Amino acid sequence: MPYKRNKTRRGRLAGILAVVLFYAIVVSCQSGAESGGAPVTPDTTATVIYKTTPYNWKKPANFPDVVYDFASNPLTVEGVALGKALFYDNMLSYDGSVSCSFCHIPGSAFAHTDHSLSHGFRDRIGARNVPGIENLAWRTNFFWDGGIVDLDLLPISPIQNPVEMGDTLANVLAKVRNSGKYTAMFKAAYGTEEVTTDRFLKSLSQFLLTVVSANSKYDKYSRKEGTTLTDQEARGLTLFKANCASCHNGELFTDGSFRNNGLPKPATASLDDQGRYAITLQEADKYKFRVPSLRNVDRTLPYMHDGRFQTLEQVLKHYAAGVEDNAQLDPLLKKNGTVGIPLSSQDQQDIIAFLRTLTDYDFLSNPQFQP
Amino acid sequence: MRHAFFSSFLLLILSVAFLSACRTDPTEPAASTGSIQLRFKNKVGDQPLQLNGGTYTNSSGEPFTVTTLNYYISNIKFQKTDGSEFTVPQDSSYFLVKQSDSTSQVITLRHIPVGSYAGVTFLVGVDSVRNTMNISRRTGALDPAAGGTGMYWDWNSGYIFFKLEGTSPKAPVDATGLNAFMYHVGLFGGYQSRTLNNLKTVRIPFNARVAQVTASGAPVVQIKADVAKVFSGVKTLSIAQTPTIMISALSADVASNYAQMFQLDAIQAQ
Repeated sequence: MPYKRNKTRRGRLAGILAVVLFYAIVVSCQSGAESGGAPVTPDTTATVIYKTTPYNWKKPANFPDVVYDFASNPLTVEGVALGKALFYDNMLSYDGSVSCSFCHIPGSAFAHTDHSLSHGFRDRIGARNVPGIENLAWRTNFFWDGGIVDLDLLPISPIQNPVEMGDTLANVLAKVRNSGKYTAMFKAAYGTEEVTTDRFLKSLSQFLLTVVSANSKYDKYSRKEGTTLTDQEARGLTLFKANCASCHNGELFTDGSFRNNGLPKPATASLDDQGRYAITLQEADKYKFRVPSLRNVDRTLPYMHDGRFQTLEQVLKHYAAGVEDNAQLDPLLKKNGTVGIPLSSQDQQDIIAFLRTLTDYDFLSNPQFQP
Repeated sequence: MRHAFFSSFLLLILSVAFLSACRTDPTEPAASTGSIQLRFKNKVGDQPLQLNGGTYTNSSGEPFTVTTLNYYISNIKFQKTDGSEFTVPQDSSYFLVKQSDSTSQVITLRHIPVGSYAGVTFLVGVDSVRNTMNISRRTGALDPAAGGTGMYWDWNSGYIFFKLEGTSPKAPVDATGLNAFMYHVGLFGGYQSRTLNNLKTVRIPFNARVAQVTASGAPVVQIKADVAKVFSGVKTLSIAQTPTIMISALSADVASNYAQMFQLDAIQAQ
């Protein structure tokens, strides 16, 4: 049984009912006070009663405890709606040409499959592959190099990156403030129309936190909801646990660490990305990148920080036969002095079959994530 | 008669008690506290710093001009002559001094206990706690959207503590055709992994002088900030050799240097 959608819908229905009931009571009181008994024309300019509806956010049963501090930003239906509107608004870029969703496309698990490196405003090309967005409440750090550790601070970076949205946070806030489009939404979410850094960023966080993927075939299997894996998928899972899960571990399929996976250096010097080293300046962190989750991995091509691989077959081939030794190579990729992970081509195919069970079709087509 | 005298005496005592109760009202601490001002005078050697104007020479003999000078002053504490210390409350202790904005160079601190002060200490930069605090607590000078200051690294979350930008014929020509140099120093020690910690505490003793905080007068502590020291405070830095220093090991040298740039200029009683 799907773990949350029904409950969410029920919760929302209850919420709507409560609002309607409340409104009815208010209206009945008002018309009582009017004393004439004549029908009251609804006045749309009347003061909106500030009352938020808590958003029914639920942790999937097979997931660990969250990292995000929900107490500092309680999710509301109004806050999530505001965040979603901002996420899909081109106004967040300098020339109004791109929105967050330009690179983070819901049908691709919020990744961008058309480009190996990110594509920003004015056709500017970035330095890294666009990561998908999912299950952010469990993330301890963000970006391939972990330069950001607080989801609330994340959106500032793409907004201000000169090859992404190319604006300044101050200017974007001014545009949001002056547009008129958001007056009612800020009022509904926060009680007044004031647009602050805090409110703007936290509403984006609210929407992003609702982007949870936990309904793949694997999840239904994991939660014992009556789904079974095929023989090949089951073989793949066994191989995955033995060979991949020390880094891509747990139900989130990542340990959140930074590792050097022996990718051959690119021929172009400008693409020589030292990863985590840029953040810590520690020699040991050279060419280390964040271990990505593998949920929806079949839909989030291309792969690696620089998007060098287009298919999962290429990725598996890299681990089986393409890993290059270097000073910072992860020890797990150099067991017993042998570089790489010994996997036959059948093993590789079985693992890929398993990885495809991580595709969450409900998530990819969830209308709540659409504009 | 006697009774009436007693009653009026009682009334007098009562009203005195009432009045003094008003005076000790915690929301009006006027009698026990006063104000003090820190005024930052940015200079190069003994010359006043002029943005985009004056040409100066650093200790490597390199001529340079300054186009931007911004730095955070935070976590201010005052030392009394009796050896005790007063810490300005955290939420009121973050200031961004900008050469382009003369009002930002004057920091007025209120609710300072009345007394004789012998020195001040402050942090150049933003402490690690505030660097990792919830966005709701980052207001005023710490708001990442604070207009046009560019004192926040969005890709490696943290504040830029100190920013010096300028031009020099010794700097290579950049993409915009300018011989530009820039020093952007931040890094508070890291959150999940250790990074450089470029936070510097500066202590300025008033020496024989005393800043007298009273209920009515606010002493002014004038602090000279000598940009020349940024190139020579501890380690000599050459614009020709390192025109751009941001997130690199060299940022520690810039930080050690600028920690030497602050000196007491004067104390004025006002």
